[in-house]
Amino acid sequence: MKVEVKVNGVAYTRDVEPRTLLAYFLREDCGLTGTHVGCDTSSCGCCVVVMDGSRAIKSCSMFAVQADGHEILTVEGLAEGGKLHALQQGFWDQHGLQCGYCTPGMLLTSYALLKQHPNPSEAEIREGLSGNLCRCTGYQNIVKAVQQAAGSLAQPAAANT
Amino acid sequence: MAIQARPLHSVGVPMKRKEDPRFIQGKGHYVDDLSFPGMLYLSLVRTTYPHAEIKSIDISEAMKVPGVKAVITGKDLEAAGLGWLPTFHGFDKQMVLAIGQVLFQYQEVAAVFAETRAAAVDGAEKVQVDYAPLPVVADPFTSKTDKVLLRPDRESKTNHIFHWEVGDKDGTARALASSPKRIKQRIWFQRCHPAPLEPCGCVAYFDTMGRLQFHVTSQAPHVYRTALSLVTGIPEDKIHVISPDLGGGFGNKVPVYPGYVCAIVGALKIGRPVKWIETRTENLTSTGFARDYHMDVEIGATADGKVTALHVATTADHGAFDAAADPSKYPAGIFGIVTGSYSFPVAHAEVDAYFTNKAPGGIAYRCSFRVTEASYAIERGMDILADELGMDAVELRKKNFVRKDQFPYPSALGFTYDSGDYHKTLDVALEKIGYVALLKEQAEKRARGELMGIGFSTFTEVVGAGPSKHFDILGIKMFDSAEIRIHPTGAGIVRAGTKSQGQGHETTWAQIVAEELGLDPQNIMVEEGDTDTAPYGLGTYASRSTPVAGAAIVMAARRIREKARKIAAHLLEVGEGDVEWTDYKFQVKGVPSKTVTMKQVAFAAYTNMSQNEPGLEATYYYDPPNMTYPNGAYVAVVDVDRDTGETRVRRFVAVDDCGVVINPMVVEGQIHGGLTEGFAMAFIQEIQYDAEGNNLNTNFTDYLVPTSLETPHWETGNTVTPSPHHPMGAKGVGESPNVGSPAAFVNAVIDALSPLGVRHIDMPLTRDKVWRAIRDAETRT
Amino acid sequence: MIPAAFDYVRAHTTDEAIAHLQRHGAEARVLAGGQSLIPAMRFRLARPAVLVDINSLSELSHMRLNQVLTVGAIVRDSDIERAPWIGESRWSLIHDASRVVADPVVRQTGTVVGSLCHNDPAGDWTTVALASRATVVVRGKAGTRRIPIDEFLVDSFATAVGEGEMALSAEFPVPDDRTAGSYQKVERKVGDFATAAAAVQVSLNADGTIRAAGVALSAAGPCAVRVKEAERLLVGQKPSQELIRAASNAASQLSAPQEDLRGTVDYKKHLAGVLVGRGLRQALTRLGVQA
Repeated sequence: MKVEVKVNGVAYTRDVEPRTLLAYFLREDCGLTGTHVGCDTSSCGCCVVVMDGSRAIKSCSMFAVQADGHEILTVEGLAEGGKLHALQQGFWDQHGLQCGYCTPGMLLTSYALLKQHPNPSEAEIREGLSGNLCRCTGYQNIVKAVQQAAGSLAQPAAANT
Repeated sequence: MAIQARPLHSVGVPMKRKEDPRFIQGKGHYVDDLSFPGMLYLSLVRTTYPHAEIKSIDISEAMKVPGVKAVITGKDLEAAGLGWLPTFHGFDKQMVLAIGQVLFQYQEVAAVFAETRAAAVDGAEKVQVDYAPLPVVADPFTSKTDKVLLRPDRESKTNHIFHWEVGDKDGTARALASSPKRIKQRIWFQRCHPAPLEPCGCVAYFDTMGRLQFHVTSQAPHVYRTALSLVTGIPEDKIHVISPDLGGGFGNKVPVYPGYVCAIVGALKIGRPVKWIETRTENLTSTGFARDYHMDVEIGATADGKVTALHVATTADHGAFDAAADPSKYPAGIFGIVTGSYSFPVAHAEVDAYFTNKAPGGIAYRCSFRVTEASYAIERGMDILADELGMDAVELRKKNFVRKDQFPYPSALGFTYDSGDYHKTLDVALEKIGYVALLKEQAEKRARGELMGIGFSTFTEVVGAGPSKHFDILGIKMFDSAEIRIHPTGAGIVRAGTKSQGQGHETTWAQIVAEELGLDPQNIMVEEGDTDTAPYGLGTYASRSTPVAGAAIVMAARRIREKARKIAAHLLEVGEGDVEWTDYKFQVKGVPSKTVTMKQVAFAAYTNMSQNEPGLEATYYYDPPNMTYPNGAYVAVVDVDRDTGETRVRRFVAVDDCGVVINPMVVEGQIHGGLTEGFAMAFIQEIQYDAEGNNLNTNFTDYLVPTSLETPHWETGNTVTPSPHHPMGAKGVGESPNVGSPAAFVNAVIDALSPLGVRHIDMPLTRDKVWRAIRDAETRT
Repeated sequence: MIPAAFDYVRAHTTDEAIAHLQRHGAEARVLAGGQSLIPAMRFRLARPAVLVDINSLSELSHMRLNQVLTVGAIVRDSDIERAPWIGESRWSLIHDASRVVADPVVRQTGTVVGSLCHNDPAGDWTTVALASRATVVVRGKAGTRRIPIDEFLVDSFATAVGEGEMALSAEFPVPDDRTAGSYQKVERKVGDFATAAAAVQVSLNADGTIRAAGVALSAAGPCAVRVKEAERLLVGQKPSQELIRAASNAASQLSAPQEDLRGTVDYKKHLAGVLVGRGLRQALTRLGVQA
């Protein structure tokens, strides 16, 4: 089946089997390998991307054909014009990653979380990330990373008041 | 070698990681990111029978599935001399694909190669295998009876794999018999699995030069290369192993798995690249499990709490093949560390291992080989002894700690602990947790019937395998290596024989070189994992990288410094003997104004080296003189909900001593991660098999990894007692939190329940188990 | 982990969706959130020949609050979680549940109606629907039916939706302002199904006695189950510790769970009672009543 998906602002038109999962579509048909597959049961969140600007989805539990006509943001689309997104900067500054495998999913879930809660408490961050697993960091620095990003994303607004 | 206090240049700096930019932009290079023209996908057919004879395998329907190119079975591999693979340990071998029988549920039975991932799975579904079930041996105690012989392929017709022991058997027995106080407890460390988020996998192909290009999730790429050469007969120069970015390892990526061999055979037979990436189910059910040690712990003591003797007898469940990735002289790993942080005058430890119808293993899951098991045994044992004596758990520990002045300390089981100040480290932890106030609070809560617990783990572990006289894997001694080259402009590259899976070597190795040579760590590139370019190493696991490869890097850098000194002398126009390395520069002795930097020397090494050899590089292969002994004091404070059996970890303080710290930010991150793994094992994690040999925890829906919501907040601290024999004074640390924490959690819960008379509960301390223990205890009283 | 092959159609109207379902019968499945269906398909435990994607049916994406709360078939769990009225204490049962279904990412795609149609014995929305007396609106060739939740839930993974039919929405009665609820769920970790869970909703009379009560349990039998005995004990009474204890015991006795990796039978039965008790206490606290 023909599908057209806009990923990170670029239209990809491909012919795929209906059973092609969105995660593999992104990785193999679009060549964007930043989105990872870590489990079989939609438990780990390594595959999270954002659909239509604000909805975090587990791309291992959606078919590419469902994304036809929609927009997808992957980790490769976070930085703009070579400048890291505040979340990426936060993860780097706060040592919120070690092996890097869960990181794209964490970034995208956080992206959607901050759209909903621009100033989340630690409890809200921990709750918001509870669909993403990490084996390396114990989550503590990931929380700090999101807090830093929330703070720096809020600044332009603060400057205007 | 004295470690001088000096202002921080690079070592000790919490430098941001250099490898992060690619990961945060989704540009890591993991094995599944690789794609080659004409690449085929491999899917393995696995059995649902835990123990059965294979009557027949029919691949004809599978071959008809569109896209399927080939199907191979154990018989095909056997004909090519590849039916069996030696395990790292050397005591055993394992089937690549099942031959004649299957020995554990999910064992590999056939390999299907197809044009697409989907076609390979479709094909695998169509392979028809006819089985005749055989009786299942689901636990090591049943296995011990030898009623059902699991391994007819072995020379000795028994399920008993080995007996290993260390220490003074008779002396210990006598000391125990004459001790006024004794405790004995069966303590089980349940079967767990490292479960890194990236499953295992590989891409194999033979290039136009006939070389095997093997991209693989391996924590030990050189060992893989040598092992593959020995097993396949392909000359070692014709094998190129590349471990790219690895999404976690934790010991899971040390063994060589059947999927790897099948991928190589497929690539050879079909003449196209083959990719094999396992599913999470396959990872949890067939790759290296950890633990599964049933330990009978006996401790003797005087009436006032001085320990007199320790005896631990372990029954080990190795599954269907002894695929334990242990150094060859250590079938039970470094279990001899079981005397822990205490001065036992005499001790005896023994392990008997058995085959069962379960997945093969046991590997070192984020620990030095079997050290988590040993640490758990002694820390639980000491708490049970404290309970028996009516003594405070802290008091008992302090009374029996190896004292600062006793180092280097020869333990009763043959180890020479390098350094430590256990009393100080524990005191730091007690201060941080506010122990005195907590005891008061606990007394008040107990009066009201509330269940609050405080649990300790004051562990010593042993890492850095290891000195060549004791340690080898498949005969290869466990040294490690570094090769450093400094470029004309003062930048450089260091290649090591280790392989990071998230430990941050691209940053920490650069920090070591920068420290030793007064250069900028941002301009020291680090490379690992490519066997064509990296010097031979034994890889990264068991917290060995800093102790061994880290030392090699220091020593190689010092060799460079020696070469550089000659050139510096030439630049400074003095004799070599008049030049010293001070404050990260070369200086004329006694003339502080006459200096030259390493950067200037580097340029001169290529442009103005005079009579000296051009260039500026060195290699060092480091054979450590001893292991290193990181240690720590952990305290957990818990509140147990009597109605639901839930344990809330209110606080957790971890004070670690790993000697000199290269990057405190990296170390702290590893402590957080390891504590989270320990927390999981203590409360929710287990690979269970039922009596019929069915694996019950085959996915993340039932093999539970805690989320950010359940995971406690970790409080960390450290003390520094440098390792006297390490050139930088550093020890390993990445695994300490996994080693030390399970006991702290369990000790805390048992402490909470102790007013009810509960003495021990095996992990994982699920709500059900804890609730039941409370209910049963209350029913008894 | 790759599903078996299937054909995919995207419906653009409800009638079109139903026509597809009628044409293919048992070979077709509705794809809404897919957060239960797709994982099952990845294990090849579910092998539909045809998937009918209803995610473009905008008429089913609405959540309307007037006489009843109507939740359309493709309203996401997170839409409930973020609803502007979700903080009102009358909706506290639904509020609590909306935060513990699956995990926060899955909730952004999973649907309430889909969860009701899936009818997992340890599901959350089915339990909430029972306690709040919801109705499921189903349409097929024979027209539209309104099925009370008690009749809708037939057996584990089986509902009253017949072949060629589709659930369009769920309707929840709007509680009055003397109503509050609570959803108490014990799970081993976020994302797990309930080890045990209790949905409680209590309405008071002006004199403080209980006018109406909804008590339901998850993971207590083949389907979520109403504890009618507990409801009967509660109605007409003034809240008290003994009353709560009696209701809890009724729940514990009725609970008929299976032993599994989440817990043993006696533990789960015990939990059922504990959670009903905690749920009642919390609902009453929300109503400003100390029992």
